[in-house]
Amino acid sequence: MNDIKTTSPLLLLLFWLYVAIPLAWGVWSTIKKALALFA
Amino acid sequence: MSGLFSKQRIIAGPGYNRWMVPPAALSVHLCIGQAYAFSVFNDPLSRVIGIGSPAPDDWKLTTLGWIFSLAIVFLGLSAAFGGKWLEKVGPRLTMFVAACCFGGGFLVSALGVHLHQIWLIYLGYGVIGGIGLGLGYVSPVSTLIKWFPDRRGMATGMAIMGFGGGAMIGAPLSVLLMEHFKSATSVGVMEAFLVMGCLYFASMLVGALTIRIPPPDWKPAGWTPPVVQNKMITSNHVHIDQALKTPQFYLLWLVLCLNVTAGIGVLGQASVMIQEMFKGTVTPAAAAGFVGLLSLFNMGGRFFWSSASDFFGRKNTYFIFFAVGAGFYAAVPGMGMSGNMVLFVSLYAIIMSMYGGGFSTIPAYLADIFGTRFVGGIHGRLLTAWSTAGVLGPVLVNYIREFQIEHGVAKADAYNVTMYIMAGILLVGFVCNLLIRPVHEKHHMKHDEFDELDGAFPHSGD
Repeated sequence: MNDIKTTSPLLLLLFWLYVAIPLAWGVWSTIKKALALFA
Repeated sequence: MSGLFSKQRIIAGPGYNRWMVPPAALSVHLCIGQAYAFSVFNDPLSRVIGIGSPAPDDWKLTTLGWIFSLAIVFLGLSAAFGGKWLEKVGPRLTMFVAACCFGGGFLVSALGVHLHQIWLIYLGYGVIGGIGLGLGYVSPVSTLIKWFPDRRGMATGMAIMGFGGGAMIGAPLSVLLMEHFKSATSVGVMEAFLVMGCLYFASMLVGALTIRIPPPDWKPAGWTPPVVQNKMITSNHVHIDQALKTPQFYLLWLVLCLNVTAGIGVLGQASVMIQEMFKGTVTPAAAAGFVGLLSLFNMGGRFFWSSASDFFGRKNTYFIFFAVGAGFYAAVPGMGMSGNMVLFVSLYAIIMSMYGGGFSTIPAYLADIFGTRFVGGIHGRLLTAWSTAGVLGPVLVNYIREFQIEHGVAKADAYNVTMYIMAGILLVGFVCNLLIRPVHEKHHMKHDEFDELDGAFPHSGD
């Protein structure tokens, strides 16, 4: 029972950032392009 | 190597946090979603020899168009044929093979650009990369459904949203890389392919190495399967081969195919349509912005609608897509003629969100109808509907438009009939969805059948 390894919250946060940062960059690039519609 | 990739090796330990699985799935889907942005390479690929402008020996756009088409065909084929293998070997090995194929496809294509041999690009990105696309697309789906029995729609929505988001990363990344590498002797495509191949392989490998499957009979802490069973959510399992013998599979195939046909059809004509309907108001740059806005709603809809389906039910969610969608498609021409651009854009945006939602809600619908045991493989086979719609949608729209223009209809009005026909297609989808009933118990797997399967373990109640 003592060898239960729980997932580190820091590792979880880093892993989510790993996918969220590129996605946010892609979304931001698309929003910048989309703004031309409202210019 | 087989140990590292074996199914037994990736069964999660007791303290494993299931929220590690969605980013593992996204690591793959954010890469393979690049396929939707492949068109950014078309112009530079048509100037590989001439550099500044196309030379006589340069590839024509019609020749280059086959690269994406081949990739989509092989996506469908590999998902259909690889799904059964995925269920046998598990998601890690499948993701690893997908990473090798998708990353390797870029490297073979880079060689094709270097040697100026189009067949190498067809083989690299089209065939090998297409296989990577199909295997990568289906690999995390059943794992996510098993980890999130309480939120199947939301879980698969997160991954499939990543496929939509992948194009948003892939397009600016490709442009940045080509800008960086271009010179007096190169358009920068070969170098961009090399970098992207390595980058995507590494990112997909991270997903493969971090994915875990739940132990047998695992349930989320504090969650118990609902006591009052929804008739449309089975606790039984249908074998992948047996699923093909049920009418439900073909009705769901039509549901996906018709929703995607209508969506692809109008997405392809969105830019030209807004410029012709609002002549003098919408510039080509603004039209490109409109397409960008639609891709945001396509991506957001994948998460929103599949998460909403956890509350509304899968069948009701598709009723919304088909009934509301048909109304909106039919209303678009009126909005265009009235000159109300805000309403026109809003309707189009909601239509695109439902198009994306159709992709992301289908795996949970399949799990509800056929059970979770073989949902990855069944989903793979159903994706042939996507390949079919990918051909049917644009062909239908272009044919209808050309036919009308040849018969004297003004260009700006030629879209109206197309939109009404697409609305009709959605109404057929509505009827197909209406006909979907629970699978007859004669198709359910028996307990002794589970024992015969290597490494198979049913998840009761999920």
